[in-house]
Amino acid sequence: MATEKPPWWKTDFGPPKYDLFLPEAIKKNYGKWAYHEVIRPGVIKRVAESGDVVYTVRFGTPRLISIYTVRELCDIADKYCDGYLRWTSRHNVEFILTDESKIDDLIKEVEEKVGFPCGGTWDTPRGKYGLTNIIHTQGWVHCHTPAIDASGIVKAIMDELYEYFVDMKLPGLCRISLACCANMCGAVHASDISMVGIHRTPPLVDDDAVRRMCELPTTAASCPNAAIRINAKKKTVEVDGEKCMYCGNCYTMCPGMPLFDPENDGTAILCGGKVSDARHPPELSKVVVPWVPNEPPRWPSVVDYVKKIFMAWANNAKKHERMIEFIERIGWERFFELAGLDFSWHLIDDFRVPPFMYASYRIGTQFRW
Amino acid sequence: MSETPLLDQIPDGPWPSFVKEIRKTAELQEKAIKEGKEIKMPGCAKALLKQLERSYEDKKTHWKHGGIVSVVGYGGGVIGRYSDLGDELPEVHHFHTIRVNMPAGWFYSTKALRQLMDVWEKWGSGLLNMHGSTGDIILLGTRSEYLQPCFEDMMKMDPPFDIGGSGSDLRTPSACMGPALCEFACFDTLDLCYDLTMEYQNELHRPMWPYKFKFKISGCPNDCVAAKARSDFAIIGTWKGDIQIDQEAVKEYAEWMDIEEEVVKLCPTGAISYDAEKKEIKIDNSNCVRCMHCINKMPKALKPGKERGATICIGAKAPCVEGAIIGWVAVPFIPADELKDRVKEIVEPLWDWWDDEGKFRERIGEFIWRKGMGMFLRVIGQEPDVRMIKHPRTNPFMYFEENELRPSKVVEELKKRGVKFKSLEREEEE
Ligand code: HEM
Ligand code: HEM
Ligand code: SF4
Ligand code: SF4
Ligand code: SF4
Ligand code: SF4
Repeated sequence: MATEKPPWWKTDFGPPKYDLFLPEAIKKNYGKWAYHEVIRPGVIKRVAESGDVVYTVRFGTPRLISIYTVRELCDIADKYCDGYLRWTSRHNVEFILTDESKIDDLIKEVEEKVGFPCGGTWDTPRGKYGLTNIIHTQGWVHCHTPAIDASGIVKAIMDELYEYFVDMKLPGLCRISLACCANMCGAVHASDISMVGIHRTPPLVDDDAVRRMCELPTTAASCPNAAIRINAKKKTVEVDGEKCMYCGNCYTMCPGMPLFDPENDGTAILCGGKVSDARHPPELSKVVVPWVPNEPPRWPSVVDYVKKIFMAWANNAKKHERMIEFIERIGWERFFELAGLDFSWHLIDDFRVPPFMYASYRIGTQFRW
Repeated sequence: MSETPLLDQIPDGPWPSFVKEIRKTAELQEKAIKEGKEIKMPGCAKALLKQLERSYEDKKTHWKHGGIVSVVGYGGGVIGRYSDLGDELPEVHHFHTIRVNMPAGWFYSTKALRQLMDVWEKWGSGLLNMHGSTGDIILLGTRSEYLQPCFEDMMKMDPPFDIGGSGSDLRTPSACMGPALCEFACFDTLDLCYDLTMEYQNELHRPMWPYKFKFKISGCPNDCVAAKARSDFAIIGTWKGDIQIDQEAVKEYAEWMDIEEEVVKLCPTGAISYDAEKKEIKIDNSNCVRCMHCINKMPKALKPGKERGATICIGAKAPCVEGAIIGWVAVPFIPADELKDRVKEIVEPLWDWWDDEGKFRERIGEFIWRKGMGMFLRVIGQEPDVRMIKHPRTNPFMYFEENELRPSKVVEELKKRGVKFKSLEREEEE
């Protein structure tokens, strides 16, 4: 193993330090910001204690992008922003400039050359909120466990809700997210509206693959519902279809447990989660539509449900109210009515509950001192 | 006729289209090849579209379970991905992911980004995610034999980019932009993120635990990186002292804002009062729960108090396997200047304990539940605090350690019979 390594060889050197990449105006005013104002959709003015002003201009991206697009964004950042740019936690790209008079040209150039729309901001002081980008995962583009596609559904929904991204005409913050299976790489369990890909059929055991690639005890132990029995004689496993909740955990452990059924995989829709502590403490999302079939390429039924939920909130919420605050004020029965959703037995929780004790632990950071 | 009639419908509509991005990559890659550029994965963007079209027809994925792939010296950061249409579409037969550790706060210089794009143009698909949900730059799609040379080219960049986490290791820590751009930041999120990332390079690059572990860092309770929902160890800025008020700025807001309706009435604890005559607000800080609403409403007039620090919440995770969890309060307050040290003092014994006694694929939150909160607090050296709970327990099934019992004949007898009492001490390993 002791081969000679070249002089430039290194490991564990870590990411570039952030301060290498901060524009001058930020370095100078680091930690000394006084306040911010949203001067128009997509554009935030940040004023430092020193009186310096910077403008951040935000654009939505499809998350999956081309190196050639990144180069175009770099060209624009070189031209307007001294060669710096940043991304947000929600797949948006932001340009930071100091010269207000260049904002129009910048926006025009990004929209025309790259095709990314300016927006995704919210003005809390004035109570005018825009919709931001949808956090999402890989789907059929790159993962092996998805029950649904990710990028295609997101595209169809954002096309439908586009006007809310480029403007600020919503009553409150609304975070939408999507994960293509219950692993939830996108962690969608605390969003105002979320979608998660679910399977509805137990694994169709591939005995041969199980024998070749899987350890029987680990495979059986991976099931949270004890639905997997080892068949020692046949050197494989069997699934109790009545106990299985189609979570896919066994497939993650063992390639011999595929649980795909194109006709029965689909999307569950949740709502009423949040992570910020503003007013209401953080909250988990709740399932309101148990299953919607896969309808590529434009997923009309998922889009329709999301739109109904979104509009029920947008048209009826009070200023600043997020989905859960709105629902708790009007009640779940009125919410199902307003959103035109059916309530079915699937929506009553019968998964073995998380430990009882958790219900009394404090989440969020709302304390008195 | 088009080879991809279903995908052809995706670019319709105003939102930017990922299909357009893949097509653009295919075209410009071809052009680059004609210009004589060295490109190792020719044709893969086009093949990806064909495979995706097939998924759209079949309503299922065509990617297979990943095998183990890696780069020299690392155990994680690369995810194997193979197509089940490899015979038809050899260009995407191997299509592995490289996770690249992003700079804290996702700030970039164009100089650095361009170098990374050059590397990925040569060695990979030319497609990437900015960013994956953990925060890394996700380079999508290359062959096994190109992983190592691609990483070597990343090493040679100025500055170099390292690989992020995957598998049962520390995942790439991420942070909100904090003091770089935000007046609400209660501590330096970028500095802490960088410090933890550098301190734990070994944990990040070599999977060694029962399961994955995530740090996420937000400078205030608004939690712009959703740490409370997504990280085993969330560090959330907060404060103790009084909210700082600039009454002059309140007067400015009063000119157009309905302070009574939108600030006073929406305070969750009714801690704010407003004198409409003087146009001044008063806050009963002993009753404020630091939710941020009023500060979000009047950023010019209100600032978090001066005694700043962070809360640690533990255990957040997605629903696999025991149900979804939002992190719960483990340490209510650490002063900002002690954060770097205290986080390490807390997390290192926690990792040791979990590493020794955790079950395979047991997230730390689930592990702590199994072991009990008493034990957990003892391990991390934290005193119990009423701010950890919404309310005290509703059942009387409490444990007591032997030293909490009064000496008695019964105790003696039990001991003589070898009955063990509850203990919060970890058993010494043999
Ligand atoms: C049992 C739980 C999980 C499993 C088995 C799992 C598995 C995977 C797999 C196989 C991929 C690769 C997809 C590809 O080929 O590109 C992936 C991607 C990813 N996962 Fe997970 N995942 C789990 C939970 C999570 C959670 C809870 C998070 C974050 C909160 C997360 C964050 C990511 C990220 C950032 C990526 C990169 C691509 C993306 O953002 O979509 N994963 N995961
Ligand atoms: C100076 C003030 C602030 C700065 C610099 C800031 C910065 C950001 C940025 C850049 C994002 C990503 C946005 C996107 O791409 O759509 C974000 C997300 C977010 N922000 Fe803020 N923000 C600020 C104030 C607020 C306020 C006032 C709230 C709440 C009322 C808030 C709550 C959130 C939440 C909940 C997210 C989304 C997190 C997620 O679900 O992933 N932030 N913030
Ligand atoms: S959510 Fe599931 S299907 Fe989607 S990328 Fe993550 S593991 Fe893959
Ligand atoms: S899908 Fe989930 S519940 Fe069903 S057998 Fe597999 S692990 Fe068990
Ligand atoms: S979490 Fe708080 S400090 Fe960080 S960017 Fe968001 S609002 Fe600012
Ligand atoms: S931070 Fe929240 S709880 Fe405290 S005074 Fe302001 S609105 Fe009320």
